[in-house]
Amino acid sequence: MLGAQTWSAPSRWQFIKQELKPKGPLWTPFNMLAAFVIVGGLIITAIRFAKGLGAVTNLNQTYPWGLWIGFDVITGVAFAGGAYLVTLSVYVLHAEKFHPIVRPTVLNGFLSYVFYAGALVLDLGRPWHIANPIIGNKFGYNSVLFLVSWHFLLYMLAELLEFSPVVAEWLNAEKAKRWLSRLTLGAVIFGVTLSTLHQSGLGALYLFAKPKLHPLWYSEFLPVLFLASSVFAGIAMIIFEGTISHRVFRDRIDPQHHASFEDIVFSLSKGAAVSMYVYLFMKFLIFVHGQHWNYVATKWGAWFLVEVVVFTLIPCALFTHGYRQQRLDLVRIAAGMTLVGILLNRLNVSVIAFNWNSPATYYPTVWEVWVSLMVVFMEILVFRWVVNRMPVLSSATH
Amino acid sequence: MNRRTFLTLAASAAAAAASRTAGAVTFQREEREEQEFVGVLMDTTRCIGCRQCEVACAEVNDLPVPKPAEDNGLAERRDTTPDRFTVVNAYETEKGKVFVKKQCLHCWQPACAAACPTNAMEKTPQGPVIWHPDRCLGCRYCMLACPFEIPRFEYFSANPRIRKCTMCFSRLEEGKIPACVAACPMDALQFGKKRELMEIARSRIYQNPDSYVHHIYGEFEAGGTGWLYLSSVPFEQLGFRTDLGTMTFPDYTREFLYAVPLVLLGLPTLLYGLSEMTKKKGGE
Repeated sequence: MLGAQTWSAPSRWQFIKQELKPKGPLWTPFNMLAAFVIVGGLIITAIRFAKGLGAVTNLNQTYPWGLWIGFDVITGVAFAGGAYLVTLSVYVLHAEKFHPIVRPTVLNGFLSYVFYAGALVLDLGRPWHIANPIIGNKFGYNSVLFLVSWHFLLYMLAELLEFSPVVAEWLNAEKAKRWLSRLTLGAVIFGVTLSTLHQSGLGALYLFAKPKLHPLWYSEFLPVLFLASSVFAGIAMIIFEGTISHRVFRDRIDPQHHASFEDIVFSLSKGAAVSMYVYLFMKFLIFVHGQHWNYVATKWGAWFLVEVVVFTLIPCALFTHGYRQQRLDLVRIAAGMTLVGILLNRLNVSVIAFNWNSPATYYPTVWEVWVSLMVVFMEILVFRWVVNRMPVLSSATH
Repeated sequence: MNRRTFLTLAASAAAAAASRTAGAVTFQREEREEQEFVGVLMDTTRCIGCRQCEVACAEVNDLPVPKPAEDNGLAERRDTTPDRFTVVNAYETEKGKVFVKKQCLHCWQPACAAACPTNAMEKTPQGPVIWHPDRCLGCRYCMLACPFEIPRFEYFSANPRIRKCTMCFSRLEEGKIPACVAACPMDALQFGKKRELMEIARSRIYQNPDSYVHHIYGEFEAGGTGWLYLSSVPFEQLGFRTDLGTMTFPDYTREFLYAVPLVLLGLPTLLYGLSEMTKKKGGE
């Protein structure tokens, strides 16, 4: 391919222009579906901005936050937790084993923030003021949301820095790559610190909801629970995304990398199991300490058990068993169930068990679901575009 | 001048006279430093459900004006909306029908203000909690945080506002009292400093121990509120939340926020140390 070591500016520009063109067949079923979802989503978005949030959502005075916050932001950010875990393991703890998955995980984490957290803009009533907490049109130092918004912004910068050597490699900019690589450790340390604070910060947002959130989900330890669960949420996402990537992008992966992936998955499943034991232990302590036994016989109690037993304890056991028996299928099932469990947990806190005692109800409109799907498809398309061009899945330069 | 305006004016004159005896509160800016928070005392035993407060509120805030004589508004349980900052509801209790006015309680340490990332919700030094349109992102975290479910959002507007009672902040700055207080013909509402309102409320309870439950709602609820309520029946029967506790809402997140600078300083140091410790010789 274009192996020129020293490029003049025009030829690099031509290279980028050429790379922008789509590769491979355009009218695949997946692409058509994605185009349908995205075009429809953009129309819904236009209506939302023209006529207000009420025109397309079921949000109301009792449920100010719905699916767009509960799924896109609160759940999406937990799913993106893999990036801080893997960069921590590789760059800080020097666990070289995980090196092959650093790039796809960081890319996935970065894009998750851009698209999922970015979808927050759609939910803001007055998005033209979005920069206010950053530029200092009054700093709400007392606000957890102020903290979270700052950390989102800074974390995106940290992730961009972590990923930038890959972009430099793609552009064959050796000097820039060496320079950017030197910033990696700093960016990782900064990124991990910010992650611990905003993963827990998302839980801290709901500390104010004490009078509204069902006692089975409310706890003063919500920040700790959110941080702990972001660990196995992130790991499950790496396994899920990696499993799909290794099918879809088979030709982009070099053979040794492919072989080492299974080994990595088993190590990850051990990590997931351990973090889930810790999380479940904390859940149990909070449950016993809060004297919540009398809620168990209610329908909320049953729903709680679905989340905690079916979608946390069982996948935890599956991760453990899959790791011991070295069975990839069990680990993959466990990862899928874990993702469902995280989704349930985050939606329970933010939407389902929120205002459980109120006569008003909220369920998302089909348009809210559609826009959330649009965000997911956009992220997948950009992920695919980058993976097909930049050295993400193989460390060798193209 | 029509009949209603006349009645309203007459009522405000009477109420103004009443409030002067309770100690008029002025809002000259120079006095701000030694200012005490102001509030309103509502004595539900005096309210007759005439809803003149609703009318006055709507007129002052440019909202659709209700017609108490015609709209049968007391028949159903109503809530505040983006264009209805206060409502009077009727509750059937063990002591007959009791009317309760609902609006923002202007907490002493409001959850909405602590939640807001840009201080668009502000607890003013005078007491009223007000909203600044030029700062607000429309994130609606104030709505999630408010234990009394007061901030309202204009869901059907491309340029939505957060709407709620302001305790007539602009009127207070002109030296007037809140419109609803001025409009109340029964002296069910009284405007003043919280300390003074508490004295009035307590003396009413002491002088008529059989007419009141011995609880002043808002004295301690959620850390204390600017609006205080007196009642002849337990507040649960009047739709009040009695399970909010006495902790101020900013306290719910205070510990978490205090931990942030420690993590920001401590964790990077720890991580750098770990990275140095685990570094392989000759590597990197």
